[in-house]
Amino acid sequence: MTGPDYLAALLLLAGALFFLAGTLGLLRFPDVYTRLHALTKADNVGLGLIVLGLSLQSGSWLVAGKLILIWLLVLLAGASVSHLIARGARLRGIPEWRR
Amino acid sequence: MSLLQTGIDALLALGLVWLAWRALACPDLFRGIVLFIAFGLLMALAWVRLEAPDVALAEAAIGAGLTGALLLAALARLNRIAPAGTRADTREAWRNAPALLLVLAGAGLGLAVLSLLPEPAGLQAQVAAELGRSGVSNPVTAVLLNFRGYDTLLEVLVLLLALLAAWSLEAEPPRREAAPGPVLDLLLRLLLPVLVLAAAYLLWAGAHAPGGAFQAGAVLGAAGVLALLAGWRLQPHLTGLPLRLAIVIGPGGFLLVAWALLLTGRPLLEYPPALAGALILLIETLATLSIAATLAVLFQGSRPAAEPPA
Repeated sequence: MTGPDYLAALLLLAGALFFLAGTLGLLRFPDVYTRLHALTKADNVGLGLIVLGLSLQSGSWLVAGKLILIWLLVLLAGASVSHLIARGARLRGIPEWRR
Repeated sequence: MSLLQTGIDALLALGLVWLAWRALACPDLFRGIVLFIAFGLLMALAWVRLEAPDVALAEAAIGAGLTGALLLAALARLNRIAPAGTRADTREAWRNAPALLLVLAGAGLGLAVLSLLPEPAGLQAQVAAELGRSGVSNPVTAVLLNFRGYDTLLEVLVLLLALLAAWSLEAEPPRREAAPGPVLDLLLRLLLPVLVLAAAYLLWAGAHAPGGAFQAGAVLGAAGVLALLAGWRLQPHLTGLPLRLAIVIGPGGFLLVAWALLLTGRPLLEYPPALAGALILLIETLATLSIAATLAVLFQGSRPAAEPPA
C-alpha cells in the first residue's frame, strides 16, 4: 500500500464511522427532528468521505467526477427531503422532544 | 469466492427473506410499504451481485421507487376514503389463502431449481452468435427487443391495461391540496433537467450497455411523480388527446412496426438486420415516453379532470 491507499482507507473508515453514528442516532434518538439531525450527518458527511476515498482509489478523473456528482445529488435530495419530513411533522403538530 | 463475499451474499439473502416476511406480516400498512421499498433496494443489490445490472436498474427504479410511490399514493387514497379505524379488517380471514398459494408457488420454484441441470447449457452461445445481426451490442437489449420482442410488446401492453383499469374506476372529486412549499418546487426545478438527461442517456445506452426503455421510462416517470407532488398539473388542454397520445404511442408504435414487418412478408417482429438498430431505437424511444406518462398518470390515480378554477 502506498500513501494515497492509506489516505483512502482512512477516509473510508471515517465515512463508515459517520454512517454508524447516524444509524445509531436514527434508532436511539427520541423524536423525528433529532433523528433527522442524526441521519443527515450520515448522508452528507459520511457519504462525502466515502466518495472522496473511492475517488482516490478510482485512479480516473472521469470516475471521480461521477462519484462527486452522485454525492452532490444526494446532498440536494437529502437536504430537501429532511426539510419536507420536518415540515410535514410540524404541520401535523408533532411536538419537539423536551427533556 | 472469498469469505467476505460469501458473508455479504449470505447477509443479503437473509436480509431479503427477513424484509419480505416483515413487509407481509406487519399490521401497519404504511410500515409494510416502507419495508417493501427497502426490500426492493436490497433486491437491486442482489441483482448486482448476480451480475445482472439491467435487472438491478429496473428493480431499483420500478420495483422499489415507482411501485413504492404507487403503493403510498394508494394508501393515502385509502385513508381518505376509509380512515384506518373504519376499515373492516379482512386480514385475518384472508391471511391463509395467499399464504397457502405462496407456499405452493415456493415449493414449485424450489422443485424447478432442484431439477435444473448442474451445468445448464443456456442460450448465451446462440445469443452471442446472432448478436451481430440484432442491431445492438448489449445482449440483454438484443433479446428483449429483437429475439423475443413480443415479450416486451406484451409488457408494454400490460402497462396500458393497468392504466385502463385505473381509469375505468370512478374518478375522485378534485381536492385542493396543501401547498407543498417552495423547497420541493426548487428541488424539482434543479432535478428536472438532470432526470431528463439521465433518462435520455439510459435510453441511448441500452443499445450497448445496461439501460433501455423501461429504465429510462421509470426515471422520466419519477420526474412526473415529483412534479405531481410539487403541485404541478398539466394544462387542461393537454389532459385530453395529447396525454392519451403520449400514453398509447409506445404500444401503438410497437404494433405498427410489427404490422409493417408482417406486410413485408417477414415473421412477427423479425427486423431486417440493416434496419434493426434504428427500429429498436424508435420503438424504445416511443416506449420510454409511454412508460413515463403511464407511470406518472397511474400515480395520480383516476383520470385527470380539468382543474377547478383556483
